[in-house]
Amino acid sequence: MRRTVDTLAPLLGPALVVVLFAVIASQTVNAADDVKFRTAIVSVAIVVALYVFIGNSGVLSFGQISFVAVGGFAAGLMTVPSDVKPGVLPDLFPLLRDHSISNAWSLVLAAALGGVFALVVGVPLMRLSGLAAGIATFAVLGITYNILTYWTRIGPGATTLTLIPVTTDYVQATIGALAVIAIAFAYQRSRWGRQLRATREDPAAAQAAGIDVHRQRLGAFVLSGALSGFAGGLLVHLPPGSITTNQVYLDLTFLTLAMLVVGGVHSLWGAVVGALGVSLVNILLQNGENGIDVFGWNITLPQGSSLVGVSIVMLAVLLLRPGGLTGGREFGLPRSLRGRQAGPEPPAPAPEAGV
Amino acid sequence: MTHVQALIDAIGLGAVYALIAVGIGLVFGVLRIINFAYGQLIMIAAYMLVFTQGWGDVIAILIAVAAAVFASLVMDRAVFRPLRNTSPATVLVATFAVSYLLQNLALLRYTYQNRPVGDSVGVLGGLNQAADIGSLHIRWITFVAIGTGAVALGTIALLLNRTSIGLQMRAAAADFHTARMVGVRANTVIMAAVAISGVLAALSAVILTVQSPQVTNTTGLSETIFVLIGVVVGGMTSLVAATLGGFLIGFANSFLGYELATQGSTSQTAVPFTSGVYLPSVIFVLVIIVLLLRPDGLFVRRGRAPVERV
Repeated sequence: MRRTVDTLAPLLGPALVVVLFAVIASQTVNAADDVKFRTAIVSVAIVVALYVFIGNSGVLSFGQISFVAVGGFAAGLMTVPSDVKPGVLPDLFPLLRDHSISNAWSLVLAAALGGVFALVVGVPLMRLSGLAAGIATFAVLGITYNILTYWTRIGPGATTLTLIPVTTDYVQATIGALAVIAIAFAYQRSRWGRQLRATREDPAAAQAAGIDVHRQRLGAFVLSGALSGFAGGLLVHLPPGSITTNQVYLDLTFLTLAMLVVGGVHSLWGAVVGALGVSLVNILLQNGENGIDVFGWNITLPQGSSLVGVSIVMLAVLLLRPGGLTGGREFGLPRSLRGRQAGPEPPAPAPEAGV
Repeated sequence: MTHVQALIDAIGLGAVYALIAVGIGLVFGVLRIINFAYGQLIMIAAYMLVFTQGWGDVIAILIAVAAAVFASLVMDRAVFRPLRNTSPATVLVATFAVSYLLQNLALLRYTYQNRPVGDSVGVLGGLNQAADIGSLHIRWITFVAIGTGAVALGTIALLLNRTSIGLQMRAAAADFHTARMVGVRANTVIMAAVAISGVLAALSAVILTVQSPQVTNTTGLSETIFVLIGVVVGGMTSLVAATLGGFLIGFANSFLGYELATQGSTSQTAVPFTSGVYLPSVIFVLVIIVLLLRPDGLFVRRGRAPVERV
């Protein structure tokens, strides 16, 4: 029993934190801040999806937000009621214009499209590593953004897609984030996950041991793409039920990557801590712009200073703890609570070789 | 507009991008750091041109150069040096954070005063006029950009090949550890590279602000992103290859932009890649193809670059 708890601790710890975060937020937060906290939970899903590829493979990708974008736009577009769609989006292909699907199916569709898109992109791109992989995945993001912004046959183009049903409440956001965390945990414990982590630590040795680096990276990339698409579906159903291409482009890419690195790239725990931590700092500073009471002092920060504050916090964490807040360790119970069978602490992962 | 005109404009943009590429490539050479915040050095220099409005062009440019060099040195001391022995991903994200910090600080200038984003610059504004040569209309700044690019690149080539500090910088770029063992002072070399990259940022800022005289908190951002793509496509392991890559992406952007705009369809419902609005997609597809065929870089001789097998 104790062993099982030890084994599952890296899953149960993050899951519990997300559930607690959601329960406390849903009971205490006022209506104005509600959306920000729900967005924080959805960002857990996005950052964990990023972690599935970047954390396990050690290859930096700037392209995962394109899967969030594709999933988000697909889920949004297909849940706008079909009786208003021809009026607001007349250029759409008839298949997209005249049909709509339910909230649950839209999330399935988002995940499927994200996965398929990642597969198509990943087959050629996963042969690259280091800087070339980073730039090539960034190019994918650029192409996705460019085509989504201008091709009005598949979406709203440069305008805002509105009238999307708002279905991501605390329950949907939390269940979604928990599902992504559980899949990420199952993957990293699986045979494939372990093989990929071996290629991260020493590609040459992993290859010598018979691991197909290209195939393992592709697998993680597709899984990450599907989870990103799913997270995009959750994102698009947040209030106010609208999305633009700029929302799922550079800013979100940098913010989610920063969350992952601030938390600690090499662990699931790091992804969750980073996403919730950075979100909380951001919410706090945003509220500071509207005036906040600190020990009886009313402090009002100048407009726009929350972004400055978030950048400073990120920079400070990176300078003080370059391995991220968790140092790349998984969540674990304190030693005194562990079973006797538990071995010594595993050594901290070595810094990755390439970008 | 003719093809010749498009060609000359493309060389002009390529020259500016090449300047930025050298600035990024020099720092990468000695520090192995991709400085994403390089665009904000350009932004800082551009704001100096705004603040020194009316002080005379020469003084304004000198102050811009000084500010960019100072900011570049501070960035090195405050961020790059503490992170020198950490993973490249951490350093890269740290430069994102610096970039965001500086952009958002600049944005405060507008939100604080509650006014629309943007300041105009008048330094060397006369260069924005066009010279008529036959049927061609070419802005003077295009010639200045090409000239500045050529002179700056020539000076840096001389510096690297004919001076002691240049030799040390090349040695540090080839193998930093061994270079230190034979007596190259690490911090001197790094500071020299960082300072020169600041000078180049200021020069590009002057040219960019003449070409489009509006300075905002995102000045230099998209240029830096494109140049970063260009230097990786060209080849980061060699400064010449990186510079050629920077030039090429500027050239391609300008030239393909003209061709797509004049030849392509203008309909919003047209199939992608057939109209001018899809220029970034066309460039990015070309980038991916080049990276798949030559992952070490287009202008790096095969077998010379360190081979990454996976």
